[in-house]
Amino acid sequence: MSTVATNVAARLETVIGAARVNGSSESCAKFAVDGVVPSAVAKPASSAEVVEIVRFAKSEKLALIPCGNGTKLGIGMPPARYDIALDMTGLNQIAYYDPGDLTLSVDAGMSLTQLADPLAKQEQFVPLAVPFFEECTVGGTIASNIGSSLRPGYGAARDFLLGAEFVNGAGTFTKSGGRVVKNVTGYDLHKLLIGSLGTLGAITRLNFRTFPLPEGYGHLVSTFSTVDSIVRFQAMVSKSLLSPSSFDILGSAAAQTVAELKDNRHSSLPWFVHGAWHVCIKFEGAEAILRRYSSELAQYAEKCGASNYHLVEKSEEKSLRVGLRELVKLLSCPGPAATIFKINLLPGFPPDGSNLSALATRLSIPCCIFASSSGPLYFALRPDDVGDKTISSLRHIASGVFEYATTHNGSASILFCPTALKRVVNVWGPTRNDAALMRLVKNAFDPENVFAPGRFVAGI
Amino acid sequence: MVLHEPEDLLLYEYDGSVEKGRPGAVVFPATTHDVSRAVRLAAQHDIPIIGRGAGTGLSGGALARTGGIMIVFARMNRILELDLENQRAVVQPGVVNYELTHAVEHARLYFAPDPSSWKSCTIGGNVAENAGGPHTLAYGVTSNHVTALELVLPDGEICRVGSRHGDSLGYDLAGLFVGSEGTLALVTEITVKLLRKPESVKTLLAIFDRVDDASETVAEITARAITPAACEMLDGWTLRAVEDFIHAGFPMDSAAVLLIELEGLAEVVVAQVAAVEEVCREHHAREVRIARDEHERELLWKGRKNAFGALGRIAPGNYVLDGVIPRSKIPQALRRIQEIGERYNFKIGNIFHAGDGNLHPIVLFDPRDAGQYQRAIEASAEIIRYCVEIGGALTGEHGVGMEKSELMPLLFSDDDFALMRRIHDVFNPQSALNPGKIFPLNKGCGEITPRAQAAVRAVPL
Repeated sequence: MSTVATNVAARLETVIGAARVNGSSESCAKFAVDGVVPSAVAKPASSAEVVEIVRFAKSEKLALIPCGNGTKLGIGMPPARYDIALDMTGLNQIAYYDPGDLTLSVDAGMSLTQLADPLAKQEQFVPLAVPFFEECTVGGTIASNIGSSLRPGYGAARDFLLGAEFVNGAGTFTKSGGRVVKNVTGYDLHKLLIGSLGTLGAITRLNFRTFPLPEGYGHLVSTFSTVDSIVRFQAMVSKSLLSPSSFDILGSAAAQTVAELKDNRHSSLPWFVHGAWHVCIKFEGAEAILRRYSSELAQYAEKCGASNYHLVEKSEEKSLRVGLRELVKLLSCPGPAATIFKINLLPGFPPDGSNLSALATRLSIPCCIFASSSGPLYFALRPDDVGDKTISSLRHIASGVFEYATTHNGSASILFCPTALKRVVNVWGPTRNDAALMRLVKNAFDPENVFAPGRFVAGI
Repeated sequence: MVLHEPEDLLLYEYDGSVEKGRPGAVVFPATTHDVSRAVRLAAQHDIPIIGRGAGTGLSGGALARTGGIMIVFARMNRILELDLENQRAVVQPGVVNYELTHAVEHARLYFAPDPSSWKSCTIGGNVAENAGGPHTLAYGVTSNHVTALELVLPDGEICRVGSRHGDSLGYDLAGLFVGSEGTLALVTEITVKLLRKPESVKTLLAIFDRVDDASETVAEITARAITPAACEMLDGWTLRAVEDFIHAGFPMDSAAVLLIELEGLAEVVVAQVAAVEEVCREHHAREVRIARDEHERELLWKGRKNAFGALGRIAPGNYVLDGVIPRSKIPQALRRIQEIGERYNFKIGNIFHAGDGNLHPIVLFDPRDAGQYQRAIEASAEIIRYCVEIGGALTGEHGVGMEKSELMPLLFSDDDFALMRRIHDVFNPQSALNPGKIFPLNKGCGEITPRAQAAVRAVPL
């Protein structure tokens, strides 16, 4: 342990007590971000302690990164400075839950699985069906704005987050929004926290609208041989009166990944065909509604030239649902070189989407594509190593992807990739014209740059 | 075009609230560059700038509280692009809410936010106030439907935030600007989402002999998560006033009615109608009527949307509140409002978005009587204080404006204000844009300050 590390940890102890601070190199290593290891881990048990820690960091000119269970710390650029990991998992209670009002207030450090149980008892849930579901916290899910597979039916976090409490960079405890479902009192600062990656402050509590668990649900998986027929199918469904709760388009390699998900609790998924595109649609409601979805979706699939379609058996449903939800995680795992692009485009799947694969196959890098009907499109690469040649290929592919997004009036970022690639590519893509406004927001929240410096868009 | 004669300016001294504030001049830009030029000019001379749509706002948001140049977006009223394939529209801020829906109806699309003033209010104004309406219960308020904005900052710079698809990299700036009440930037172009019209719509009128039964019904519909597209409540006294004027078919002898609309796939609506009817009957509804055709449906909605006009005929002045509460607490809140009315000796009508818990108590008083005016303000403050006490907020859809700024400390701490103030100051450092709004002038006092004589007219809602 270096002297500096000892010092930070020891000084922190005088602020919040030894029980809340860990300066061991082993603990610090667990919170490393892109190889940058903090000097201490602070685990506050209340928002008042978070305030103390932030004030300490501010006065000592130290940098903080708020962390949940650390599943998505790889998102963003390597931090410019990083002294203290702010482990938020000590704040993990439901502060308020009114099932009759369908509103909830929960500490940021609570895990999504912990949260699911008490809600399920009231036959409710928060529609965050996100990768790393089994391990991640509510706060990390919001701060990373990681995509939820239920977005087509339930909207994005910004549509059901009602308010937040957080400690900003000035070291004060602040709140925005409220607990009610409709509220225009004051600026919607909580919306800024979504996807802010810990750069605006430490989220301590989040207020959500909850939703009733569906009466029943079903899945239809259809198989297509061309992208064109998928584009037609998606357009037909989106113009219909149906509103599925999820709509995932999987390139063949992505479907294979879901099919191969090894999990003893669940059954295998027999209808994924090697080398084909698949569309997996989830729909919800009572019996009569499920029947209507099944028959109408099957008709559309047939009209659009699906080579096959299947209603998923009850016994297969969980495997499929978990596989689709966890796809980003599955594709970020295979090795240190795994690279996933997130491309924000208009709702329809782009007819030339397979041009992206060409970028990778040309360089003999295995890849796959998958997308949700409400966006984004994910492009995942699985090179074998992180050697110089691979990094240079990835760099080349990255500029191709960024260009592709720009020409399609969209934007792209790299969600996960080897740290070596971040030395040569900005994962947030080319400079943006709203960068100056983003910096203004950062300055207002965190004037002295205490929070996660350097990780975010525009050098923030 | 520039207006500066006192008789012309008089028109721009009011909005839909009881507030007043006269601009020094009114300009009507035709392009974003005109807006930018006007803003630059004002900045050079340290003159405040106030953006304004149709002036239908209910919180004094579009009033020149400290004078200055008012920028009225009436000439920037073009729909710039309809992208029906991707369900997006790009509009100028002066486009009237209803005009957008009208323009896309042929494709069975519509723009979801539907404030009662939808036939006259502008989308720019909706964006500034983050406007709602009856159907926000199912579809959300304006911010849920805006994906990108073009802005003019107080130094005249033109910039864009958000994106057409709606997923932006970086901070959700569009989410910040929507509802910022014209205090951070002027909005000169808006990209919105368009929704697909539902297959089936059923409108129910549930009639009750006790207000408690009606409000318990709303709480139960919410708790059972039936999710109507709209769920509105009118108390008996209010609906009699409305019926006299509109003849919508509301029963004259009832204590309260619920106007409930269910939308979606035919199968979904059939099941929901049955579920709603069951809840109504369990809570002693005297009768549940279902509108038989579009004509009956329109009549019921006409009664609801013109209710405030009807009330304006009864009392010389009224004050509409906009508090929001948890929906599980509607029954107790209505009882408290009733009790407050009795204590202050005012008739307080209730006609509101029950499904959202968005109350609109309407305090009827004679504004020519200074004593009454003061007591009406006090009664209103007590109601709002109670909303906050039971976990609610000051405003669900009308905005803070100049009307509720002094109540803000009920909800926000000094530290909360400090952060909001820093956000305000990074974008609008000289307070050139819409000064005197949102933030309390007498910070910490927590009372509504006496104002100029209230406007003697009805307020649409």
